[in-house]
Amino acid sequence: MRLPCPICGERDLREFSYLGDAVRLHRPAPDAGTDAWDAYLHLRDNPAGRTRDLWQHEAGCGAWIVVTRDTVSHAVEGAQLAAEMRDAD
Amino acid sequence: MRINGRGRVDRGRALSFTFDGRRYSGFAGDTLASALVANDVKLLGRSFKYHRPRGLLTAGSEEPNALVTLGAGAASEPNARATMVELRDGLQVRSQNRWPSLDWDLLALNDLAAPFLGAGFYYKTFMWPRAFWEKLYEPAIRRAAGLGALSGKSNPDRYEKAFAFCDLLVIGGGPTGMMAAHRAAEAGLDVILCDEGTVLGGRLLSEDETVDGQPGADWAAAMQRDLAAHPKVRVMTRTTVTGAYDQGTFGALERIVPDAEGAPLECFWRIVAKRSILAAGALERPVAFAGNDRPGILLAGAMRAYLHRWGVVPGRRVAVFGNTDDAHRTARDLAAAGVHVAAVIDSRTDAKVQGDFPVYTGAQVCRGAGGRDGVEAIRIRTPRGEESIAVDALAVSGGWNPSLHLACHMNGRPDWREDIAAFVPRDGMVPGMTAAGACAGAFSTHGCLSAGAAAAALVARDLGRTPSDAALPEAEDAPYRIKALWAVPGRGRAWLDFQNDVTVKDVVQAAQENFRSVEHMKRYTTQGMAPDQGKSSNVAALAVLADATGRGIPETGTTTFRPPFVPVSIAAMGAGAQGMGFAPRRRTTSDAAARARGAPMIEAGLWYRASYFPQAGEATWRQSCDREVGMVRNHVGICDVSTLGKIDLQGPDAADFLDLVYTNRMSTLKPGRVRYGLMLREDGHVMDDGTCARLGEGHFVITTTTAAAGAVMKHLEFVHQCLVPHLDLAMISVTESWAQFAVAGPKSRDLLNGLLETPVDDASFPFMACGPVRLGGVAARLFRISFSGEHAYEIAVPARYGASLFDLLVARAEAMGGGAYGMEALNVLRLEKGHITHAEIHGRTTAFDIGMDRMVSAAKECIGKTMAARPGLVGPEREQLVGLAPQDGRSALLPGAFLFAPDDKAERAAAQGYVTSAGYSPTLGAPLALGFLRDGRARQGEVVKMVDHLRGAEVLCTVTDSVRVDPEGGRLRG
Ligand SMILES: [Zn+2]
Repeated sequence: MRLPCPICGERDLREFSYLGDAVRLHRPAPDAGTDAWDAYLHLRDNPAGRTRDLWQHEAGCGAWIVVTRDTVSHAVEGAQLAAEMRDAD
Repeated sequence: MRINGRGRVDRGRALSFTFDGRRYSGFAGDTLASALVANDVKLLGRSFKYHRPRGLLTAGSEEPNALVTLGAGAASEPNARATMVELRDGLQVRSQNRWPSLDWDLLALNDLAAPFLGAGFYYKTFMWPRAFWEKLYEPAIRRAAGLGALSGKSNPDRYEKAFAFCDLLVIGGGPTGMMAAHRAAEAGLDVILCDEGTVLGGRLLSEDETVDGQPGADWAAAMQRDLAAHPKVRVMTRTTVTGAYDQGTFGALERIVPDAEGAPLECFWRIVAKRSILAAGALERPVAFAGNDRPGILLAGAMRAYLHRWGVVPGRRVAVFGNTDDAHRTARDLAAAGVHVAAVIDSRTDAKVQGDFPVYTGAQVCRGAGGRDGVEAIRIRTPRGEESIAVDALAVSGGWNPSLHLACHMNGRPDWREDIAAFVPRDGMVPGMTAAGACAGAFSTHGCLSAGAAAAALVARDLGRTPSDAALPEAEDAPYRIKALWAVPGRGRAWLDFQNDVTVKDVVQAAQENFRSVEHMKRYTTQGMAPDQGKSSNVAALAVLADATGRGIPETGTTTFRPPFVPVSIAAMGAGAQGMGFAPRRRTTSDAAARARGAPMIEAGLWYRASYFPQAGEATWRQSCDREVGMVRNHVGICDVSTLGKIDLQGPDAADFLDLVYTNRMSTLKPGRVRYGLMLREDGHVMDDGTCARLGEGHFVITTTTAAAGAVMKHLEFVHQCLVPHLDLAMISVTESWAQFAVAGPKSRDLLNGLLETPVDDASFPFMACGPVRLGGVAARLFRISFSGEHAYEIAVPARYGASLFDLLVARAEAMGGGAYGMEALNVLRLEKGHITHAEIHGRTTAFDIGMDRMVSAAKECIGKTMAARPGLVGPEREQLVGLAPQDGRSALLPGAFLFAPDDKAERAAAQGYVTSAGYSPTLGAPLALGFLRDGRARQGEVVKMVDHLRGAEVLCTVTDSVRVDPEGGRLRG
């Protein structure tokens, strides 16, 4: 599997480490309540199809990226820098 | 038998080899298989289950029968396919799966028990009782049924792995692949061409056909020279592409040229290609009939390969049995080579056959008769009745199956083509892959050349290049004209899967027992589950299943093809990771000095650290450790602490960032000061602890524990980039850039002042101060911090000065009654002070548990703060950090032991806590430990029972404060 790092270009899977669903970008406010924090930390969809998840180009530039891919076909649509996605929010 | 004037072996170079101890000779260019055929050796192995005598079936990597063991001792290699082994001088070969010998195999008794060993016998016979399976049935079956065995010794052979990249990967170097590679390269693409043979050419090497007016093999040789010389092409022979993976990644196994001095045996490649052309050719399939597994019964195309490539024929009276025009080539070529063709049997009634031999159309071979030395006669059934023909070899063809395996590796399903009675790849099964030539159902040479050129043109256009429109070389375009024939009806066992001993009857029985799905049939009969993955049997087996269940072949479908296409040794895939190659070694700058002093090294993650520094007269590690602890408490000790993670953070917002990741406030820290810090995970549990030094207004260096250095770096990068990217700062790990040594003990300042260009004192450098210093002309960093609880410093220099600074510090310390100390003493010192390590912050403890909840600032937000306040994470029900002292003052305490109330039964449900770290304190003269005890902080002075069932220990302990030495911290500041 190859992932397109927005900084380094397409690289082998082994250079990346996986964190999980990109929902981790949206940290609740301290007073958001138990349900919001529970959802943020623990509740995940398990989609058959399109998914967006967080990877780090750990053995490369160190960038955290959000990869859009398909869990059925394994096709990778693209990747964006997590830092830039935050700014866009 | 060797045929004069045929084949492309080098008859000037004879090679000698042994098979089961007997000496034979062959020629350079022979495979082990062709050399054995030349020597009239027919019996090459015993079958997996029934120990049936078996000989060659094929001439390629799909060979199911001729598996042998190469070499002897530790370097022996089991299950080598004789068809793929390049003959070399002195090669030692042994047959497999026989006892005591190949000719006289006692386990052939299994063959007599065959009625009991049919489909599903594992499931039926050995169901009950369960315990018998592991103890009795399975070991017995494994002894009797199997392939070659590993030597059981460490493999001394070398393997390698490598990566390659290209625009176009061409898989297979026959006419299709060569043409595709050449055309694509001419169009400007970077091409890798892989072929599992020793030379390119594919079927052209095995046929007597012409291309462009010259013999096919000569045309292929010229083409190979052109391709090898082409700057855009990399030709990889002896390289089998083993798997197709996501995003154009392929696995490939290269067998290195034998005898290449010092070379590895194999190299496992990972090839990344923008596009791929599958030109893998086709594999011939046998026809099932009774006794079709006798030695001497080969595939018709394999017989031609042996004749044309190696000039050998496995018999003197050969019959040919087939159902296509292609099979007749075998009779034609054998006759032309002067071999007696006893008969041609064609199952098609309308077959047109010409030649100087008896021809039977509309006929079938219904039995191969003979013994362990091979086939002696065949029985044929014609429209006029049955008759026997004496032969010593039979060439069989049931047609050809396109080698579409790689196209199916990403779960795609192929299409059935009735006109060629075979499956072909469907477009788009593997993104970016185009199947061309025989693997797509084009079986003539002309068809292959033209398909290769067309596929290259498609790829070139797709990648923005202009394809060449040069004319194709002239080649045969003979028709194929198959009429499907899978199995000849009749009594006796007709073999489908030679490698796993599966017969037509087994498949029919599976259908009768309602294992009608092809996947169920496969698992019930084990058809296709041997190392060859059913390359010669899958299609015939499912055709038999389709017939038995009254369905068509397309509805019956195929089983799933999975990588690898050929067996790949784990040693090749894991090349480089054997022994110490399994994990990299990280060494500190004091490593050589520590080893020179006889220090045993212990692993700390990937690091190696000195555990203690033994001195003359010390018989045990404890003696060394006690001395080193005393040295630090009374004089001065030197310890390499470079393995602690160091992260440099700079930027106007670095302070705000550290406030977010640490529980306590770092923004109020003054430049030139250090603060202890605690980090939580977002779920509220402790992640790590360490120090945070502010070197300047916007410049911090933080330390992490050795164990968590990588995880903390990753966490900080996550928090910065994913949660607060607006904060202006940058960070980098500088763990390996700085060598850092603890200088600890009452004489530490005296030692340092003897080295520093500007001495320090309490006023200029109080406890928790930090700043730049110089020594010996080198700029260094000094931190007044202490893990030992003594007046202590850590001094950091650029790593290139580490080795010399360590020597200097130790020499000075020794002159002052101190010296180097290792991990054992470090651990005792911190236990005496109640300092935590990852034994305590093991991922399930909170700041509250370790008594640091006051360090979670109420005035600001931090990672983990909200979840740390969850119900259940604070309160008296929590197990809290305590110290433990044995009541008798001498019994050892054991990490991992559980804590109970003294009168409670020592069982899990009654456990109130556990011991995390323990040691012997020479300062206190008694053992001590840290552990977690329910509501422990409120229970100081109580007695608890430490029980370790594994090591058989039970010790009554007093609960103490976690800090046992100098609780007021006077030594730190003095
Ligand atoms: Zn990158």
